[in-house]
Amino acid sequence: MTSRGRCWKFGDNIPTDQIVRSDRAFASIEEMAKYVLENLNPAFARNVQPGDILVAGKHFGQSSGRAIAPKALKATGIAAVVVEYAARLFYRNCFEIGLPLLECPGITDGVSDGDTLSVDMAAGLVRNETTGKEFRAKPIDPFLMGMLAVGGLIPMAAKLAGED
Amino acid sequence: MAKTFAEKVLARAAGLAEVSSGQVVDVYPHLIMSHAASWRCIKTLEKLGTDKLYDVDRIAMVMDHNSPARTAKTADDQKLCRAFAEQKGIKKFYDIDAGIAHVVLIEDGYVRPGMVLIGTDSHTTIYGALGAAGTGVGFSEVTAAWVSGFLWMRVPDSIKVVINGPLARGTTAKDVMLKLIGDLTADGATYCSVEFHGSYLQGLSVSERMTLCNLAMELGCKFAYVPPDAVTRVYLSERGVGPGDYQEIHPDPDATYIRTVVIEGAQLEPQIACPHTVDNVKPIGAVAGKKVDQVFIGSCTNAKYEDLAQAAAILKGHKVAPGVRLIVTPASKKILERIIKEGIYSTFLESGALLTNPGCGACAGDGGSMADGEVTLSTANRNFQGRMGSYSAEIYLGSPLVAAATAIRGVITDPREFLSKEG
Repeated sequence: MTSRGRCWKFGDNIPTDQIVRSDRAFASIEEMAKYVLENLNPAFARNVQPGDILVAGKHFGQSSGRAIAPKALKATGIAAVVVEYAARLFYRNCFEIGLPLLECPGITDGVSDGDTLSVDMAAGLVRNETTGKEFRAKPIDPFLMGMLAVGGLIPMAAKLAGED
Repeated sequence: MAKTFAEKVLARAAGLAEVSSGQVVDVYPHLIMSHAASWRCIKTLEKLGTDKLYDVDRIAMVMDHNSPARTAKTADDQKLCRAFAEQKGIKKFYDIDAGIAHVVLIEDGYVRPGMVLIGTDSHTTIYGALGAAGTGVGFSEVTAAWVSGFLWMRVPDSIKVVINGPLARGTTAKDVMLKLIGDLTADGATYCSVEFHGSYLQGLSVSERMTLCNLAMELGCKFAYVPPDAVTRVYLSERGVGPGDYQEIHPDPDATYIRTVVIEGAQLEPQIACPHTVDNVKPIGAVAGKKVDQVFIGSCTNAKYEDLAQAAAILKGHKVAPGVRLIVTPASKKILERIIKEGIYSTFLESGALLTNPGCGACAGDGGSMADGEVTLSTANRNFQGRMGSYSAEIYLGSPLVAAATAIRGVITDPREFLSKEG
């Protein structure tokens, strides 16, 4: 699981209410993706390319545990979310729906919006190709890595059920 | 080795002799709650291609967030849940009349000391009020737990919060928590288990314990916990749940905490969380006089019987300020019945309040939306931008006492102005 793309950088303490606005919570995920993070950077949803990497600060995804927030982010085609650290429920939801997430202390000081980043999920390495700096993420439990590899909890559960 | 509450409760639910913080274990929750989002869990189950459930008696479903339905889509979602509950024989199914899931399940004696509970709601931490471990999870995790009976959990570190009582006049559990969230910030306890200790807890009502554990979520925590005691046991026995029906869990006295925080209740003042984050907390003196358009007394944090009784005691004999909308949404049907019986309902009506049906109401964006630039003083637990209508509207959070005083004056008001010197 290695990817390379443009860095979209956001700030600290972003609540799920701002990833997907409450009044869009009943739209389809594809529709939500068109407006994801709209109040913080309207250009993101318009210009994000598959393989791009979202970087944010501390406590990303706080507030209600709406899984629609990571789902809408995943639907933009981003390859990974790299944060200083995530809110607990957001962390859980990312693995559950199969959106690669790394907690990488120091990342926000080490990258700028528009830099080119590469992310090696298995090694837990983030490399800023624009500056040559490397960052090591907190290790991910092997169980969660396995879940990510098959695309999330439900594909994994279906696979396990099939093996019975 | 000495163990915290979180280590003990997860070891038991995982069937292991002991676990330590940081470990990932498979946990079998005693109760799996899903609320208005239950339809998403049912749709996910269809994708799994199985309809065998691990134990239907561990499933609870409550139609609380948008009830009664306002759109055909919501009505359709609720219809799906109703049919599913009927077909599967889910006895703990609560329809649109019951109230907020957290409050209803506690009132009905389904939450007991030593249990592990998961729910499709971040404020599932509230179950710690009765010495249980409650935490929020995603929709498909609930589905997977319906089928397999278990889910993964990382054993959290623990933070000890010592609250020395009694509290100063005019302050409540809400003020304790807002002070704590202001001091520790919104990520002060991320992924931690928050244990409450201290003399304030002695004799403290279950209602106030619920407020503590509900708001602990706004510190980013995984679990919140009040050690079970005589108050817990009496509360449960009143619901037909005897000591043989549960096993209390208490932390070892020398367990390891990553942090200990002390709150001096005697020095506490009423606290207000200002827009647009819950940790933007100021003592009431700093914001008193701010004009409001709406006051909301509701939510799983502060619409329990005691909360409504406290607010009504201040409102009695007063009118809501001209031009201000006071919306009161009791947390459950049982609470509604009780306030009607005790005349509290009439006190609200006579003051000029609007009483809505029990449920999440305006806190979940269901009614009570604000126009551009408007201001609400709310007893709920969140004030993020866009949560109650317009993006340019502002939400201030305070206790039921502050809400009542503010409704009367039309500006954010220190409730101590309405309390007797002794009270």
